[in-house]
Parts: sequence; C-alpha cells; structure tokens
Amino acid sequence: MGRKILLEKTGIENINTYEVYRREGGYSAVEKALKKMTPEEVVEEVKKSGLRGRGGAGFPAGMKWSFIAKPEGVPRYLLCNADESEPGTFKDRFLMEKIPHLLIEGMILSSYALGCNTSYIYIRGEYMWILRILEKALEEARQNGWLGKNILKSGYDLEIYVSPGAGAYICGEETALIESLEGKRGNPRMKPPFPAVKGLWQSPTVVNNVETISSVVSIVNNGGEQYASIGLGKSTGTKLISACGNIRKPGVYEIELGISVEEFLYSDEYCGGINNGKRLKACIPGGSSVPILPHYLVTKTANGEQRLMTYESLADGGFATGSMLGSGGFIVFDEDQCIVRNTWNFSRFYHHESCGQCSPCREGTGWMDKVLKRIEYGKGNMHDIDLLVSISKNIEGNTICPLGDAAAWPVASAIRHFREEFEWHIKEPVKCLETNYGLVKETELEA
Amino acid sequence: MHNMETREKIQFKPETVAEINRIISQFPQGKQKSALLRILHIAQHEFGNWLSVEVMDYIAEFLNIKPIEVYEVASFYSMYNLNPVGKVVLEVCHTGPCCLVGAEKMIKHIEQTLNIKPGETTSDGMFTLKTVECLGACGYGPMLQIGEDYHEKLTIEKLDNLLNVIKNKNN
Ligand SMILES: Cc1cc2nc3c(=O)[nH]c(=O)nc-3n(C[C@H](O)[C@H](O)[C@H](O)COP(=O)(O)O)c2cc1C
Ligand code: SF4
Ligand code: FES
Repeated sequence: MGRKILLEKTGIENINTYEVYRREGGYSAVEKALKKMTPEEVVEEVKKSGLRGRGGAGFPAGMKWSFIAKPEGVPRYLLCNADESEPGTFKDRFLMEKIPHLLIEGMILSSYALGCNTSYIYIRGEYMWILRILEKALEEARQNGWLGKNILKSGYDLEIYVSPGAGAYICGEETALIESLEGKRGNPRMKPPFPAVKGLWQSPTVVNNVETISSVVSIVNNGGEQYASIGLGKSTGTKLISACGNIRKPGVYEIELGISVEEFLYSDEYCGGINNGKRLKACIPGGSSVPILPHYLVTKTANGEQRLMTYESLADGGFATGSMLGSGGFIVFDEDQCIVRNTWNFSRFYHHESCGQCSPCREGTGWMDKVLKRIEYGKGNMHDIDLLVSISKNIEGNTICPLGDAAAWPVASAIRHFREEFEWHIKEPVKCLETNYGLVKETELEA
Repeated sequence: MHNMETREKIQFKPETVAEINRIISQFPQGKQKSALLRILHIAQHEFGNWLSVEVMDYIAEFLNIKPIEVYEVASFYSMYNLNPVGKVVLEVCHTGPCCLVGAEKMIKHIEQTLNIKPGETTSDGMFTLKTVECLGACGYGPMLQIGEDYHEKLTIEKLDNLLNVIKNKNN
C-alpha cells in the first residue's frame, strides 16, 4: 500500500461533516499556522516541500506564492481552480465531494500565507452539487470560528466564497478564470501583466488547483521536509491520478510519486490491468492535452528504462518519445480502439472550446477538426496527414494562451506514433477496421 | 414550460431575490457583475430552462449593467440555453474517454428511442438531447447529466429505465 496524504481519511464514515473532520484532527494545521507561524514561515514550508502545482503545469507552488506583489493598501486574492475540465481528469471532484473541509483548511492556510482576506473557489458550473457541498462546509467552518473576523484571536480575517462557471473548458486557464469570475466571457488575457501583479479586479492574485491547495494542510502539519521526503527527486509528495478508459478498475487513486507506470497500470491496487483480457494499445498519461504514448513507450522509456509516475520520467524523451504527468488524467486505450477517431474527437473538443481570440487557434483547431473528420470517414487523402502536422506546427507557440498548444500536441503525437494507422484509414480502410476492432494479428501488438 | 408573453411576468420570486442578494454580497462593492454567471443559472432554472432576451434584459436591470454585457456572457457558455428546450434536457458526454467505454452507443440509443438527433426536442416537448464535452466523470462513463444530477456507468438497460421513470413522473 502506498502512503496516502490527501485520501488518508476519505474512508472514514461522515468525514465530509465538520464534526468528524474536526474529531479526526482537522483544522489543527490552521491552529498551528495562525498561532505559531508567520505567513512567511508558511510560504517557507511550502517551498521546502517541493510541492508542484497539480493543475497541469507543475510549477513549484512556493515559488509562485513568493512572486505575489504586495502593494500597500491593495487587496490580494487566492483563487482555487476547481474548473476541472481537462478530458480524463476527475480527481478534484473526488476530493471536494469526499472531504470538503480539507480544501477549506488548505484555503485558509494558503490565504493566510499570501495575505488574502477574501478568497474564491471557482468551480465548473456542472459541479453545482459540489458547490452546494462546499457552501455547506464553509458555513460550518464559519460557525465554528475558522472563517470570519479575527480567526482564533489572531487578528487575521478571512472569507471564502464559491462561484460557478457555466460550461467552458477555457475557464480553467488562469486568466480566463479571472475574467469569468469577474462575470465576463472567458477570454484569456495577454501576459504580462501576470496575475501575481494584476489579476482579479486588477489586484495581485494567485491561482492554484484544488489538489495543490489541499496538499498544504499536510505540509503545515508535518513540515515541508517531511513532505519532500515522500516521492522521488523533484517529484515530491503524492499525486491524485484519475484513471479511465479500458482498464479494469477506473477511478481516483493517490500514488506516491515515483511508483512505476507498470505497477500503476497493472497492479490490483490501482488500475488492475486492461479490461476484458485485451492488450494495451496506447496511453495518455496526463489529460487529453499531453502527447499520447504507444504501448511500447508506456511502461518503458525509449532507452529501455522503467517509466515512472513522476514529472521527469513521464516526460523522458521529450515529445519524440515521452509525454507529461499533466493533470494526472490517465487515459488507457485497448487494442480495439481507433487512434484516428480519438484524435478527431479531441480536435473537435479543442475546436469547440477555443475562445476564438487568436486566429491560429480559432482557425487551426477548426481545420484539424475538419481534416481529421474527413480522414476518419474515409474521405481523406495522403496530403492530409502532412497538412495536419503543418497546422499543428503553426498553432504551437503562436497563441495568447496554451490552449493552442494543448490542441496541437495530441494531433502531432498521434501522427508521430501512429502514422501507419492514419495511412490505412486513407488507403486501406479495411485493414484499419480489422486492426482497430479486434482482428489484430498476434505479432502486431504486444502488451 | 413557463408562460412569458408579457414583460411583467418576468420577476424573480422573493426568495430568489434574497438568494441573489446573498450572492452579490460576496463580491466587493461595485463588482456585482461577478455574480452574473450564477444568476444566469438561477434564472434559467426559474424561467423554464432557457434564457430569453426578456429574461436577460431583466437581469441586466437587476445588476445595473448593460444588456449586452449579459448577452455576451450568456452566448459564451455552453450551459446556457438561448432557445427553448424540452422539460428534461439529456446532456450526454461525447468526449474521448467516455467514447472509449461506449458513449456513442448510448447516444445512438437515445436517438432511436426518442426519435431525435442531438440538439433536437421531442414533439411533446418532453426531452431535448444535447451532446456535451467532458463533465469530469470520465472514469464512470458513459454518463449523462440531467439538471444537477449525474447518471454514470450507463448501460442500455439503465438508460431505458431512466427514460421510463422520467416519462412516468411527468405524465
Ligand atoms: C486551456 C487550459 C485549461 C486549464 N484547465 C485547468 C483546470 O481545469 N484546473 C486547473 O487546476 N488548472 C487548469 N489549467 C492550468 C491553470 O491555468 C493554472 O496553471 C493552474 O490552475 C495553476 O494551479 P497549480 O499551480 O496549483 O497547478 C488549465 C490551463 C489551460 C491552458
Ligand atoms: S489560444 Fe485559443 S483559447 Fe487561448 S486565447 Fe487564443 S483563441 Fe483563445
Ligand atoms: S470524457 Fe465524459 S466525462 Fe470526461
């Protein structure tokens, strides 16, 4: 059994209620921080912990916090990113549903560290029932003196509110989230200025993922060094992985960073292997935006080393033969799945979700969607494959926000590793059908 | 569906007004526009599952912002319906991970059972079928959302049951 930090107590009955959470030691980190630590000391522990942002980019949380501007007399804001819309990702929801007070405790600690007196949780609109869970928990926290004025007589005031989105993937991007929270369309802002200087209502703002903020509780309780002793190298601590696709046991797992992909994918403690006795075809280890890995690069790197569940190992080989840990959305494809169809599906998603501000993203995602659809339905020609590569290159790096890259990478990597399958779709659709729907020859795929 | 021929009829219930004021108070003075997304959800729920121009104008007045500020937001986000929809909206996820476990089969089955395509409403005004992008239930697919409820790990039998329960409840 791996060590658990975030989900350690989720098995306890009624841990979602204030009474049980408190009885099990909840809010002791707030007592410790407000009574015995300065905000700077909290930031210091988080720096020591090596905790990296769990929303996707993996940026060190302590460093991000130390960038926040502190102009005199201007409020600062902490925004919790609970937008969770990256396909394959459903971990934040699990945490908020099962143990909402953990996030609230983490919010109090993080707000205190940053010097914020008002903080918001921005949650995707479809999670309205979780918004209600959070509001109830916030009310309990307020009634028990963990929120409001002069918390624990420390002189520190804090209010936390929840605000919903309304169905737009782009609002997970931090500046689009800020726009949306201001009651506007979710159009990402040009940077600089960065949110740390000018964010919500032009005030200094930090945006962190639900899981990042929840991890701060253990860091304050046990110290940054203790947290850093878990995990491997610069991938410290634990990570929630939401596993889906063609596996026996889809669900949310907390892993100690550094276990092997093989253990995660095949052991009964986690995914339990491929469903229905099929074989592995491919895996997207970090949400729809990261490169896809063909079966022979999933459990091993191109150098033949064991692939590990860490930021570094999953990225080993760069985009040529690696991928990314990303949001921890672990999507598994069995031998019957069609890569062309899935690539088209994701392109349609990014096309639908592009906010339309920059032409490379707006037009490029539309073209990729159209060309891939054409190939999927047997109307493509061989030039289309290179056309897709060229479109993806023209989007990458030429847009206001990273959604453009997120749309380009899956297409580029699918063609890199499965070019033959795209060609069959065009030249030999029958072969493609046979290969993708269960009629594979033994030699062509091996687990 | 609610009746909305006349302007006078568009008015939040008193308890809704109280709720909206509570939400507005969560934002600093002068930043009441921040409450817009949540208010639009509430309005859609209260005024028949969609947002008419009249409803949006009413909200603009309520928040003391320009009507265009409401229209541009309402048209950006996929959860707002700008046209009338059925009493029950079936929102089926059709993004990759759900398709790996059979979402397309579920969509086809709904299409055949109710005789509608995505985006359409049954002639009795009961059901609208909508395909939507990933709802954060990828490990529990195929899935669909009805109102605030997630229905996960769908099978054809579960789906048939669900549709029957809804039909019976609304007859
Ligand atoms: C298109 C797009 C969508 C994103 N969606 C999310 C999301 O749903 N949740 C999230 O935490 N971060 C998301 N991010 C990353 C955020 O911009 C931001 O980096 C993150 O919330 C920072 O938190 P962290 O440092 O704690 O990871 C997204 C980024 C992009 C470009
Ligand atoms: S890259 Fe796409 S989503 Fe991001 S700002 Fe440009 S158009 Fe909008
Ligand atoms: S892909 Fe359907 S819920 Fe995520």
